[in-house]
Amino acid sequence: MGASVDTRSDRLRREPPRTENTRPQGAVQSHMSWRDKFDAWSAHHSNSAIESLLRLLDTPLQSLMTWLVIAIAIALPAALFVVFNNVQQIGQSWQDSSQISVFLKKDATANQAQDLRGRWAKRPDVAQATYVSPDQALEEFKLGSGLGELANHLDENPLPAVILIKPKIGGNTPDALTSLQQSLVADPLVADVRLDMLWVKRLHQFITVAERFVVALAGLLALGVLLVIGNTIRMAIENRRDEIVVVKLVGATDAYVRRPFLYTGLWYGVGGGIVAAILLAIGFWWLSVPVTKLADLYQSSFRLQSLDFIESLQLILIAGLTGLLGAWIAVARHLYLIQPR
Amino acid sequence: MIRFETVSKRYDTGYEALARVDFEVEAGEMLFLTGHSGAGKSTLMKLIMLMEQPSNGHVYVDGHHLARLPKSQIPYFRRNIGVVFQNHQLLFDRTVYDNVALPLQVAGYPYQEIGKRVRAALDKVDLLDKERCNPVVLSGGEQQRVGIARAVVNKPTLLLADEPTGNLDPELSNEIMTLFRQFNEVGTTVMIATHDIELLKRMNKRVLGLVQGKLVHDGVLW
Repeated sequence: MGASVDTRSDRLRREPPRTENTRPQGAVQSHMSWRDKFDAWSAHHSNSAIESLLRLLDTPLQSLMTWLVIAIAIALPAALFVVFNNVQQIGQSWQDSSQISVFLKKDATANQAQDLRGRWAKRPDVAQATYVSPDQALEEFKLGSGLGELANHLDENPLPAVILIKPKIGGNTPDALTSLQQSLVADPLVADVRLDMLWVKRLHQFITVAERFVVALAGLLALGVLLVIGNTIRMAIENRRDEIVVVKLVGATDAYVRRPFLYTGLWYGVGGGIVAAILLAIGFWWLSVPVTKLADLYQSSFRLQSLDFIESLQLILIAGLTGLLGAWIAVARHLYLIQPR
Repeated sequence: MIRFETVSKRYDTGYEALARVDFEVEAGEMLFLTGHSGAGKSTLMKLIMLMEQPSNGHVYVDGHHLARLPKSQIPYFRRNIGVVFQNHQLLFDRTVYDNVALPLQVAGYPYQEIGKRVRAALDKVDLLDKERCNPVVLSGGEQQRVGIARAVVNKPTLLLADEPTGNLDPELSNEIMTLFRQFNEVGTTVMIATHDIELLKRMNKRVLGLVQGKLVHDGVLW
């Protein structure tokens, strides 16, 4: 298109004027630069985004229902995820209070023991190492057991020296604890290492099982979200069939036709994510008071952790992406079927 | 501009809509396509618009061999063809202005450019005062003129019209034919399908006559 078209339009305008309103300079064919094209492209993006949002808000009840369905499907696994985070947190505080007792051989001198404590304290998987001499141990025994009188009658202190090891929280998986235990026991000065592993292993295994359960549940519910959004988009496409046919006839590319529906999916997802974040915030706020009271009764400083701001944003982002994906699948399946006939 | 080489179109049902049709249209021509309903007029136009693919033969439009045109190029190809439909194909969820602006929005014209062109096209079909109306409130003739404005707003090199005067009284259909003639005079190739014999006689242009999918007449009538 170039000069010839310009003359055509000029001649068009030279036709006998039909109204008073003849334009001195009507449409002149312009060469569309890349900049114009980009502007048009981004304008269509923002138009599609705004228009599809307005369309959703135009039917508030229907949109709210969809958002609620999506929100519930998202909130459920998210809530379980948060609960297990909390359980893990309890588990960690328990593990934190747990310690490994390393009993030294009788012939180990106090200097050797202090030496060993110093070396172990530098290990990356050890948070703290404390030396307890046989005398100190005896004192504690006297105080703690109520058998102080009996201990006074002993000729010789029967207690060995002990090094108390606090493992680092990061290395607190059962495997890491076992390998720490093994390396401690390998020292020639060590007589025995005591660590009650069973409950740590059980807790860990429980969390692993629960985590898999949550992942499977989240996967199923994400599939549900995809189907809900896919179906909603399919209906939106069906409702706008005439429009799609017409824009295809006047030369719309597939991307152009697709765009508003993808934004619709995105808004469904983001809206669902926001509602889910609100549901979770209310739910955990509602639970936090009795949980705090319960923890206080157990003299625990445990406090229920809800989703923080960043996690809520992540939730909304994931929901939005799921919505986009659902829309994409629906659009790929159904838009293709609508061709001008 | 348009060349059909032994083009046949047979539908899956076995119905043969076009049978070995040969013709050529020069750029800047104005011609009519006639025949009873079911004679293949619409099918022929759909082949030009790439709404259908021929079963046999080759269709060339504006230098493109349509069978070889990649799918991704179809939208860009269609932007160069204006189509006026018998049933208008207007969208009733937006104003006249937005209906006419559609081809320009789709092609990504800048906002101000769209405004100028839409008003020029509406001015041309004498509907400038109706730009804010919904097409629903317009009469049949006015709706048809909106459809024409939309077809020409992008200044296509080829203008197709399928029964554009189908439901209109003679006076209105004359008005619309005058419009088409004006577009043709400024260089647009115009092809109009109609079964209105009186109209063909009045216009005195080249006519392609179809009977049961076969091209039986090519030339000025009587």
